[in-house]
Amino acid sequence: MTKRPLAAVALAAALAVGAAACGGTTKNSTSGDDAKGAATSGAKANPNAPLKKGLKLAFLPKQVNNPYETIVDNAGIDGAKEFGGTAKEVGPSDASASSQISYINTLIQQRMDAILVAANDPNAVCGPLKQAMSRKIKVVAYDSDASKDCRDVFINQASSEEIGRSEIKVMSDLIGGKGKIAILSATANATNQNTWIDFMKDELKKPEYSGIQLVKVAYGDDDDQKSFQQTQGLLQAYPDLKGIIAPTTVGIAAAARYIDGSKYKGKVAVSGLGTPNQMRKFVKDGTVAKFELWDPKNLGYLASYAAAALASGQITGAQGETFKAGKLGERTIGKDGEVILGPPTVFDKSNIDNYNF
Amino acid sequence: MAAITADTGGRRFVDTVLRARELSILAALIVLVAVTTAVNSSFLSTQGVKDIFLNASILALLAVGQTMVVVTRNIDLSVGSVVGLVAFASGKFVAGHDRNVLLVLVVGMLIGAVCGLVNGVLVSFFKVPALVVTLGTLYVIQGLDYYWAHGQQINAADVPASLLDLGNGSVLGIPYLPLITVVVMVAVGYYLRAYPSGREFYAIGSNPDAARLAGIAIRKRILTAYVVSGVLAGLAGVLWLARFGTVVADAAHGWELKVVSAVVVGGVAIVGGLGSVYGAALGALLLTTIGSVLVVLKVNSFWQDAIAGALLLLAISVDRLLALRVTRALRKRNARHGA
Repeated sequence: MTKRPLAAVALAAALAVGAAACGGTTKNSTSGDDAKGAATSGAKANPNAPLKKGLKLAFLPKQVNNPYETIVDNAGIDGAKEFGGTAKEVGPSDASASSQISYINTLIQQRMDAILVAANDPNAVCGPLKQAMSRKIKVVAYDSDASKDCRDVFINQASSEEIGRSEIKVMSDLIGGKGKIAILSATANATNQNTWIDFMKDELKKPEYSGIQLVKVAYGDDDDQKSFQQTQGLLQAYPDLKGIIAPTTVGIAAAARYIDGSKYKGKVAVSGLGTPNQMRKFVKDGTVAKFELWDPKNLGYLASYAAAALASGQITGAQGETFKAGKLGERTIGKDGEVILGPPTVFDKSNIDNYNF
Repeated sequence: MAAITADTGGRRFVDTVLRARELSILAALIVLVAVTTAVNSSFLSTQGVKDIFLNASILALLAVGQTMVVVTRNIDLSVGSVVGLVAFASGKFVAGHDRNVLLVLVVGMLIGAVCGLVNGVLVSFFKVPALVVTLGTLYVIQGLDYYWAHGQQINAADVPASLLDLGNGSVLGIPYLPLITVVVMVAVGYYLRAYPSGREFYAIGSNPDAARLAGIAIRKRILTAYVVSGVLAGLAGVLWLARFGTVVADAAHGWELKVVSAVVVGGVAIVGGLGSVYGAALGALLLTTIGSVLVVLKVNSFWQDAIAGALLLLAISVDRLLALRVTRALRKRNARHGA
C-alpha cells in the first residue's frame, strides 16, 4: 500500500520536471533543479513504481516497408499487451530525413504516453521530439538513435563495438585468418554502419588479424541491383578476394545471391548482418557459413518496456537506473541513456531453423 | 516512281543518321569495355561478360517497352512501380507453393497489362497529358504495393528453385535473362520497323495532326503502346524476383528515370517519332556497364549518378543537333524536288 503514494509523488515530480523541461532534457533539469527540493528528489525515479495500465505507445520506424523494422515494431506492440498498454505503428513510406516529422506532430496531438522512434536522421527529428518531451510524452529511440538531448533513452541493439569486432572475428574464422577482405555497406553516410566499420578497422589492427587485409569498403545503398553490381565489381577488381562482410541485411542477401549463382561459390566467404529467413537458403546451400544478428523481436520488446517504465516513473533515463523488462529480466541504463540489448546471435546451419524472422 | 526514288534519297540520309546513332553507342560501349579490360583482364572473362548482360537485361526490357511509348510522343513513368508491384505480387503468389514458372510469368504480365491499360485509357481516351497520368499511377501503384506489403519481405528460401533458376540459369552457356530480353527486343523491333501498323507509332510521334488526317487510329496505337509497356514491366517484375530472390515492396524504386535515361541515351527522341528499340536496349546496356566499370576501376560510386546524368545531357544535345541537320537536309531535298 505504501507504494501508491510514492508512485504519485514520482509521477507528480516527473510531470513537474517534464513541464519545466521545454527545450532541455529531463536529465539535465533533474540535476540542475535544486530549488524544487522534494519534487526533484522524487524525480530521481522510483524503481518500485508499478507499470501503469492503459499506456498508449506509438512506434515510429524509419519506414514502414522495412521488414526488419516491422518485426521490431510488432514485437513491441505485443510486448505492450503484456503490461496492459496499447501500442501502434505509424510511419512514412520513405526513409528520408524529414519524413518522420509530421508523424511526430500528429502523435503529440494524439497525446500518446510515449513515442518510440528509429530516427532517420538524428537531428531532423530533434525539434518535434523536444516538443513532445515538453508535453510530458516520453521518447525512446531504438535501432537508430536521435540526438542525445531529444530522447529519454536509446535502446541499442548491441554495442556497436561488439558488432564491429565480432564481425571481424567471424570472418577471420571463415577464411582461416588470412587473405583480402572487403566490406559491402549500405549508404556511405549511414551512422550505424559507419560506426561498425570503424570498429572493424580497429579490430583488424590487432596482431592476431595481421594476415587479413581490408582492401575496400563498397556501398550498395541498400539497393538490390546496386549491391549486386558492387559485389561483382569487388570480385573482378580483387580476384584474390577471400571474403565479404556486409553489415546490412540488403547487402548480405545480394552478395550471397550473386555468389550463389557465380563461379565464386565456395571460394569467397560472405558474412555480416542478416535475418535468418532471408539467409536460410544460402546457409543451407553452403554459400554462407555463418552470419550474425541480434533478435529484433527482443529489441522491440525491450523498447516497449523501457517506454512503459519511463511513463510510469520507474526510470528517468539517468545512468545506473534499472527497470524490469518482462521476460528479458532487469536492465540497467548505461552511459548517455543507452540500454544495450545484448550480444548478437551467430546463426549457422545448426541453429538457423530455430529462428523465424 | 520518281517520287519514290527521291524519297529513298532522303530516307537513306535519315537512316544513316539513325544507324550512326546506334553505332556510336556501340562504339562507346566497345571503347569502355576495351579500356576496362586493359586495366583489369577479368572484366571480359566468361563470368564478367555474363554479369554485364545479366545486369542490363531487366533495364533493357523496360527500355524496349518505354521506346514504344516514347516514339508516340508520350512517356510512361509508372514502370518502376509496376515492376515493384509485380515482383512483390508474384513473390506472394509463389511463396510456399511450387508454381509453374510459365504461370508466374503470365500472372505477372497480366498485372502489368492492367496497369498499362489504365495508363493507356487515361492518356488516349481522356486525353490527359501522359506525364501527369503516369506520374499519378506511379504513386497510386506504389501506394497499393506499400499498403499490401506493409513491411513484409519475400525471401529466396520461399521462391521455388525453378523460378530462381530462371534468374541465374542458362541454356548452352547463355543466361535466360538476356535471352528473353533479346527475343522481346527483336520481336518489338521487327514489328515497329516492318509492319505498317508499327510505322504508325512513329507517324503519331512525328506529327500527331498529320497522323490524324492520314486516318491513323491514334487512340488504339497509344493504348497498345501503354499495354505493351505495362506487360514488359510485368515481365521485368517476375524476372526481378527470379534474379534477386529477396524482394521488399520498394523493388525498382526510382527506376522510371533510369529507364527514360536509357531510352534517351539510346537515341530515342523524347519528343517522339524517332529511335529504335535496339538503340534503347544498347542505351540500357551502356548505362549498366558504366555502373559496373566504375566499380571495377575502383572509382568512387558517387560518380556513377553524375556520369549517367552527363551522358544524358550529351545524348539530348546530340539529338537536337541531328534533328536540326535532318530537317535542313529534308528541306533542301524537298526544295530541289519541287523545282
